Amino acid sequence: MTLSHDRERTDDRTRLASGAEPDAAARWRAAYDAAKRRDAEFTTVSGAPLQPLYGPGDVDLDPERDLGYPGQFPFTRGVHANMYRGRLWTMRQFAGFGTARQTNERFKFLLDHGQTGLSVAFDFPTLMGYDSDDDMSVGEVGQVGVAISSLADMETLMDGIPMDRVSTSMTINGPAPILLAFYIACGENQGVDPAQLRGTVQNDILKEYQAQHAWLVPADPALRMITDVMGYCARRVPQWNTISISGYHIREAGSTAAQELAFTLANGFEYVERGIAAGMDVDEFAPRLSFFFDSHIDFFEEICKFRAARRIWARRLRDRYGAKNPKSWMIRFHTQTAGVSLTAQQPENNIVRTAYEALAAVLGGTQSLHTNSMDETLSLPTEKAVKIALRTQQIVAEETEVAHVVDPLAGSYFVEAQTKRLEDEAERYFAEIEKRGGVVPSIEAGYIQREIHNSAVAYQAAVERRSKKVVGVNCYVEGDEGPTIDLHRIDPAVEQEQHRRLAELREKRDDAAVRRELDAVRAACRDGSNLLERFVAAAHAYCTLGEIAGVLREEFGEYVEPMIL
Amino acid sequence: MKRKIRVLVAKPGLDGHDRGAKTVAAALRDHGMEVVYTGLHKTPAMIAEVASQEDVDVVGLSILSGAHMSLFPRVRAELQARGLGEVLLVGGGIIPQEDMAALEGEGFARLFGPGTPTTEIAEWIQGEMERKWQREEAQEGSRS
Repeated sequence: MTLSHDRERTDDRTRLASGAEPDAAARWRAAYDAAKRRDAEFTTVSGAPLQPLYGPGDVDLDPERDLGYPGQFPFTRGVHANMYRGRLWTMRQFAGFGTARQTNERFKFLLDHGQTGLSVAFDFPTLMGYDSDDDMSVGEVGQVGVAISSLADMETLMDGIPMDRVSTSMTINGPAPILLAFYIACGENQGVDPAQLRGTVQNDILKEYQAQHAWLVPADPALRMITDVMGYCARRVPQWNTISISGYHIREAGSTAAQELAFTLANGFEYVERGIAAGMDVDEFAPRLSFFFDSHIDFFEEICKFRAARRIWARRLRDRYGAKNPKSWMIRFHTQTAGVSLTAQQPENNIVRTAYEALAAVLGGTQSLHTNSMDETLSLPTEKAVKIALRTQQIVAEETEVAHVVDPLAGSYFVEAQTKRLEDEAERYFAEIEKRGGVVPSIEAGYIQREIHNSAVAYQAAVERRSKKVVGVNCYVEGDEGPTIDLHRIDPAVEQEQHRRLAELREKRDDAAVRRELDAVRAACRDGSNLLERFVAAAHAYCTLGEIAGVLREEFGEYVEPMIL
Repeated sequence: MKRKIRVLVAKPGLDGHDRGAKTVAAALRDHGMEVVYTGLHKTPAMIAEVASQEDVDVVGLSILSGAHMSLFPRVRAELQARGLGEVLLVGGGIIPQEDMAALEGEGFARLFGPGTPTTEIAEWIQGEMERKWQREEAQEGSRS
């Protein structure tokens, strides 16, 4: 793109020199070229070159074909006809720390302050399928999320929260089917039929191998468990989103916007193909697939990414996978503002970054949103910081008046050209992944991880040579300022408390039932019957997460990462 | 020939955030050091074992999960148990300043917070190792 413009510029100069009457475009070009230019790299945060101006000649757009109407194929303009005039996006702050009791209190605090859905953050032992009292869990219990080792912990987490009336998102992947089983069993114990449960389990193992790294077993058995979840939920938990195909972690690990878009959708295609291969009708499970994207600091690139995602998915699902239900064609997504864009220096500035990112997510048509707290580069957020983050969304929703018009940036030459540019870049990655035999071989060979790593390194280099600016880090630096805000610390006693709870549980429960249910899980691993069904039964017997995951590790082996550096 | 600094970059605990560790590892390698990376989810004992086998001069730990106060000192203890108490021990991640100060009082040479340029880390390690080797040479010189 840059090259062709340099050529154009020369042509303009030639024409001017020959004395021809310049037209308006040429006059502008000449004025632009003659004007002073500040010392900056005119690229997106992902490094894509940007023109100074976009016009009709920069967009290859057929509005009927490429945009359509909101709520209609190809959904570029949004998944609902009325978008936020009907209902605002769900304000869903991710929370979880310490014990189930502490997180339960934070949930109630958020619901009292106008939050409309729950989102559970788990600690690393839970994310990796270890009980709080496992040797691998030392030091990690309750640190980055809540520790849930059994149905008993889930019951405490949801205590006093009517499970038939809230929607709950659970960010967990490797052991996701086990945690979903705890949630289903917990609902049943509250007297709530699984058919009434609403929510999402992230359950996106492919991006774990690529970016987030909380895995359990290798890809094939992991993908089988995912199709088990899709199959079980289609029958028993029909309002549950069985997977949240996530670009967030790919982006946070360092990818560009185009890579986030491409790898996330490629993963989505892989799940669709696995579902079809398992004998399901695509329209039976595709409407329950949901997505999760990052909203980074490059305002326009992000909006275009969301628009491109909707168009690519709709076309693939209809034209390649033969989906007939319009709900299968729609990408519904959650968005979180970019943790990596926040700085430990001058942390209050993070409120401003988050506000811009939230605005981009809304202009991009998100269905739900988490706004990060200003103190998250230092520790888990404090209650005050979380409240400001939630208020940031409420200001976008209630004061800026941006939610009244659907897809307000459509038709902008720049926005449409960038949307197309991101779509084209994603298509090139799809072709490359296909050439490499698909997503799983691309992961096993380290191709996707290496692409992400290279982008992370390139961005860091750009920051260090100051061609990408970060306020407080490489410009407007204030020297050695300490944190000016209070930090939220996890009491180390949380770990002891969890050990005590688990010891008590192991003492009280029916050992024969535990053994019987774990044997049933083992049998299902071998005979191919639905594992989620077995996990729900095991949850009711108070088998722990570590015990169930232990059976899976024994039966399927552990995932080993390829070394990429 | 100038001696190459050998560095082990390690991820103790269950935290999967390796962007920082790998970016720093790549930068140290570009700076001319020999870098070994452990990969994710390593126990303190596993890390010390690799440090011993690879005969490294520097061990750099990265944690973003909040587990640094319990895991960093454990890594140090495991290194000492293998006679590697002299290894230059550094760390980074999401670590509050008061914790950095505490760890620096417990045998960690330096903790690097978010936003630190990788060149600063590389140059600091380079400087520390050169001074250390000069001291060692001087000691050997005075003995002979």
